[in-house]
Amino acid sequence: MSTSAIFILDVKGKVLISRNYRGDVEMGLIDKFLPLLMEKEEEGNLTPLLQTSGCTFMYIQHQNLYIVSVSRNNANAAMVFSFLHKIVQVMSEYFKEIEEESIRDNFVIVFELLDEMSDFGYPQTTESKILQEYITQEGHKLETAPRPPPAVTNAVSWRSEGIKYRKNEVFLDVIESVNLLASTTGNVLRSEIVGSIKMRVYLSGMPELRLGLNDKVLFESTGRGKSKSVELEDVKFHQCVRLSRFENDRTISFIPPDGEFELMSYRLNTHVKPLIWIESVIERHAHSRVEYMIKARSQFKRRSTANHVEVVVPVPADADSPKFKTSVGSVKYVPEQNVLIWSIKSFPGGKEYLMRAHFGLPSVTSEETEGKPPIQVKFEIPYFTTSGIQVRYLKIIEKSGYQALPWVRYITQNGDYQLRTN
Amino acid sequence: MTDSKYFTTTKKGEIFELKSELNSEKKEKKREAVKKVIASMTVGKDVSALFPDVVNCMQTDNLELKKLVYLYLMNYAKSQPDMAIMAVNTFVKDCEDPNPLIRALAVRTMGCIRVDKITEYLCEPLRKCLKDEDPYVRKTAAVCVAKLHDINASLVEDQGFLDQLKELLSDSNPMVVANAVAALSEINEASSSGVPLVEMNTQTINKLLTALNECTEWGQVFILDSISNYSPKDEREAQSICERITPRLAHANAAVVLSAVKVLMKLMEMMAPDADFVVNLSKKLAPPLVTLLSSEPEVQYVALRNINLIVQKRPDILKNEMKVFFVKYNDPIYVKLEKLDIMIRLANQSNIAQVLSELKEYATEVDVDFVRKAVRAIGRCAIKVEPSAERCVSTLLDLIQTKVNYVVQEAIVVIKDIFRKYPNRYESIISTLCENLDTLDEPEARGSMIWIIGEYAERIDNADELLESFLEGFQDESTQVQLQLLTAIVKLFLKRPADTQELVQQVLTLATQDSDNPDLRDRGFIYWRLLSTDPAAAREVVLADKPLISEETDLLEPSLLDELVCHIASLASVYHKPPSAFVEGRGLGSSRRALPTRSGSQDILESSPTHGERSGVIPTQESLIGDLLTMDLGGPPVASSVPAAPFASSGLDLLSGGLDGLLSDSPSVPPQQAAAAAAPSVGLLGDIFGLAPSASASYIAPKQMWLPAARGKGLEITGTFSRRNGQIQMEMTMTNRAMQPMMQFAVQLNKNSFGLVPAAPLHVVSPLAPNQSYEAVLLLNPTGPVQRMEPLTNLQVAIKNNIDVFYFAVVMPMNIFFAEDGQMDKRVFLSTWKDIPAANEVQYTINNVNLSADAVSSKMQQNNVFTIAKRNVEGQDMLYQSLKLVNGIWILSELKMQPGNPTLILAVKTRAPDVSTGVNTAFDAILHS
Repeated sequence: MSTSAIFILDVKGKVLISRNYRGDVEMGLIDKFLPLLMEKEEEGNLTPLLQTSGCTFMYIQHQNLYIVSVSRNNANAAMVFSFLHKIVQVMSEYFKEIEEESIRDNFVIVFELLDEMSDFGYPQTTESKILQEYITQEGHKLETAPRPPPAVTNAVSWRSEGIKYRKNEVFLDVIESVNLLASTTGNVLRSEIVGSIKMRVYLSGMPELRLGLNDKVLFESTGRGKSKSVELEDVKFHQCVRLSRFENDRTISFIPPDGEFELMSYRLNTHVKPLIWIESVIERHAHSRVEYMIKARSQFKRRSTANHVEVVVPVPADADSPKFKTSVGSVKYVPEQNVLIWSIKSFPGGKEYLMRAHFGLPSVTSEETEGKPPIQVKFEIPYFTTSGIQVRYLKIIEKSGYQALPWVRYITQNGDYQLRTN
Repeated sequence: MTDSKYFTTTKKGEIFELKSELNSEKKEKKREAVKKVIASMTVGKDVSALFPDVVNCMQTDNLELKKLVYLYLMNYAKSQPDMAIMAVNTFVKDCEDPNPLIRALAVRTMGCIRVDKITEYLCEPLRKCLKDEDPYVRKTAAVCVAKLHDINASLVEDQGFLDQLKELLSDSNPMVVANAVAALSEINEASSSGVPLVEMNTQTINKLLTALNECTEWGQVFILDSISNYSPKDEREAQSICERITPRLAHANAAVVLSAVKVLMKLMEMMAPDADFVVNLSKKLAPPLVTLLSSEPEVQYVALRNINLIVQKRPDILKNEMKVFFVKYNDPIYVKLEKLDIMIRLANQSNIAQVLSELKEYATEVDVDFVRKAVRAIGRCAIKVEPSAERCVSTLLDLIQTKVNYVVQEAIVVIKDIFRKYPNRYESIISTLCENLDTLDEPEARGSMIWIIGEYAERIDNADELLESFLEGFQDESTQVQLQLLTAIVKLFLKRPADTQELVQQVLTLATQDSDNPDLRDRGFIYWRLLSTDPAAAREVVLADKPLISEETDLLEPSLLDELVCHIASLASVYHKPPSAFVEGRGLGSSRRALPTRSGSQDILESSPTHGERSGVIPTQESLIGDLLTMDLGGPPVASSVPAAPFASSGLDLLSGGLDGLLSDSPSVPPQQAAAAAAPSVGLLGDIFGLAPSASASYIAPKQMWLPAARGKGLEITGTFSRRNGQIQMEMTMTNRAMQPMMQFAVQLNKNSFGLVPAAPLHVVSPLAPNQSYEAVLLLNPTGPVQRMEPLTNLQVAIKNNIDVFYFAVVMPMNIFFAEDGQMDKRVFLSTWKDIPAANEVQYTINNVNLSADAVSSKMQQNNVFTIAKRNVEGQDMLYQSLKLVNGIWILSELKMQPGNPTLILAVKTRAPDVSTGVNTAFDAILHS
């Protein structure tokens, strides 16, 4: 049901650190990992799972490291992968960057973490805030040795007791990312909004929070069906939120972790007009040149403005001598990514801008055919949500009875925003 | 300051230097030294020589240092079991430490030291820790019970730890409950009898559901996975469990979501499919599944493989979500391919236009594998959604116009399938296809094109010329193409006998005289004979109407699908294979999962573990036959724990498809099944084998001289090995040829390949008077330390008496290691046979055996070699047999015998080919006994 051992390997497959949890696999087995991975890659059927001699490797890649789990039995694959990503997350919070260097520099801590985060291959405490309370960089004398914080085994396993702030504040960021996939003919194949509510909580004690949104299901059940509300299609909550309570009466109630975290995410499949629409005309004259005419149109309200807009247009790898012409913003060629980037600092709603680009092409073409990467757009629109979601209230109740201020920000940005090209 | 400095070492006398540092008086220096040792260990250097010195540092007041020493112990204790005992005292003391962190650390580490002697000392501290006041210690102790069970299962049962663990299920702390449940599930899974040691009941499930709301995300996964093994007593209970689990679908952790989906999918089986409850639940399942597609790519992949199962089991859930499976440019290739597969499954008349335009887009991508799959997908759409066939064909024609070599080839392969599915509809495009003849260089594409030409020979004016052009390089073609060409030319001849006689002569000659391939030769001869004796019959055979290919050919076989649904989120669900197909060793086959049934009787609801029981009872046979019958009749999928043969339909197809060739069947048979059908399965199908219940008359080699009196200072030993009632025995005749009495006998075995150790001390009558003989029997258990010997079956024995110690080596017959539970399930046998690489197959000949197949079978059965199937091919009897060694290695074998010919051909296949020779020797000995 679980992981037999965890390995952290460098890019050449050398073991940086390993932890044998169950003693039922030969630790030398890991030498087969990279050859197997390369073999599969060559055959073109690489998956994140590799099978060998009755064992399964499940691995993820982070920077230049492989984090590999070995299982002998019918392990819960979803759990193993989630756990591997969690390891990366915890270590990143401990050492900022995790890479060969930082693993080596902190091998004692890494061992301690691996020991604490999983027992016999079963994930245990993986909240880095809580871990940091008793696994620290300094060596301890036994008399003063840390004890397991109550949070490790408490029902509230994500927050420690006795937190104090002079000023009690909560910041709420409602961030909506727009995912878009448009076909070459300009049809929107898929558009969805992935929203997330991120919180930064600086509150003393054990506060009880309740968040009110203009949730359609809630409004309808309480007879406010007429007010403006949003239908959240799939909501995912941080583990602090009482899920059964939400299921019963759509109340979002929770004791928050300290500091920064993502409270919830949601998804909406509503068909919205693409916020920034791109029309492109690409004329390829084989062996001589390629010309681009890119038109960008903002299709949101005039009151709003998109900031830091970047239109990323793929160009052939062998293109040279770029020439650009645009009325707004600036264009640069990024040969290492084979793209040109058209940046517009500020893009008000209801406008349309044009950019032309010209590249030379070599007379000899390379054998390799290139893919057809899509045009991608990056943007940020503050004070605006596509879905119309609103935070109606955030109630904060703590037994000491302090007053706390919630601050709310709204922002809409691009998610996976792709427009296919010819 | 960083730890990396510990990795830099002086080369010379490193160990020596560390030793002195470890024994230093200065605490700081000591600590630095331990860190250096651990650093060396981390990079794979052997620092086990420092064991005593490191263990000496264990009694420290520094927590960090203690942890490092513990880590060292875990790594090396196994190699130094005697010295590891030194550490026991400190462990026991630490288990009493006032700091719960240290108590937990000690009990956690002790459980990881897999040394028997240590395990004994673990029991008392563990018992206390299970009742510790601190939940942190209790939750660690709960997992430790599972560790201990893994090392010594009977100890756990004898010491009553299972009951203590059960009590923890009612613990006030949710994390303790979660770990206890994880430990119990693991123990149940490993149970050798196949019967869960701890049964869940309504009360425990209720406690778990309460803890579910409060424990960590991982704990929720343990609990959900455990609930998924529980079968509610009625529909009401199932509903209430569903209601309490549904909120988990909104959890941010993908593992929690998938485990919840597993429970819901399983419990929904117990309810009427059109009940409001089920309809509502189905609606609730779609959004979280879709959201999983925005997780990390690896998690996405697991989710997609599971969605693939869910879509097959309950197509309604995601029927409106086609668009979310559209491929994105930056998806990893494994995600792309899975999405493609699901798209086809979801394709129907209403969304086919969208799907096709997407597929066409993908077919112009650059990734060759992906493009190929996309083209194939178009063909599958055509076959699946009939009204779209025309659209698909024109899309394929467009793609052929691109002249991209591999696109054209794939397109031709799928067009052949479309022709078969819709005969006489699209033949107008044949001329376009013929234009691309020259570009085809892959066997499958060539074969497909040839099939098309042969099939429509009467409409293609120059069919003879085209086929003739292929014939020129006949010898260089692959078998697949040769077979196609042979059949196609025969078809052509039957359609246009006037001008193609020469051609057919030519191909028949090539096939029958110039080829070494038996399949090709045989087919050539059959055609030849048919054509020469009865052309009308030939017509009927060769040009017979082909059976239609079915629409959903790539679906998993229903009983397998049901089993996999019970394993959602696990590796089995990702591999689409039952766990028994890839998990080796204990617990195998003991707990095949089955979906509960709606109105069915209570006993079906149990996860029917009985089939995993000891062999010799032939448990699965009747039910297997029953299952085959229902399958053939197209009966509804029965939730059954017995695997139905997945090849039933394909086997039929092959037979009725007749001579028309393997290739033309391929569209209707997914590759996995096709391979199974090509393998011995066809023969397996009809075979019902009768096995005699296992008798105890297993083969025992005659005694051999092990220790001549001259070498044994008067002690003479002759001996042999036997396996009686599952017990390995060493049987020795000890004779005193000396003048003085002998006494104080003792025996010791060196470490050996199978870990044999004496189960009891050697008993010899004492004193053994001069010229007296004694028949000594030494019981052996395969539970000791393992060390590879050369040959594998070598055993070094030391016998001591009052005179001296005598050493000798003997070779054990392999058959004493053949375990009683070595009967493999038919289907598992097939898939295992396929899974083991051909390189592992070894062939032997066994001479001078004058036994019938049945006699061989029963003889082998007495020695725990189980016949899985018998079939007769061209007068030869083939026996497929399985056996399992006591160390869990499975061995599959094929015995080929011709009546009247005393020479047998034995092919042995196993993942551990080292044992093959020993197996051969054993077979030889058994058959000659």
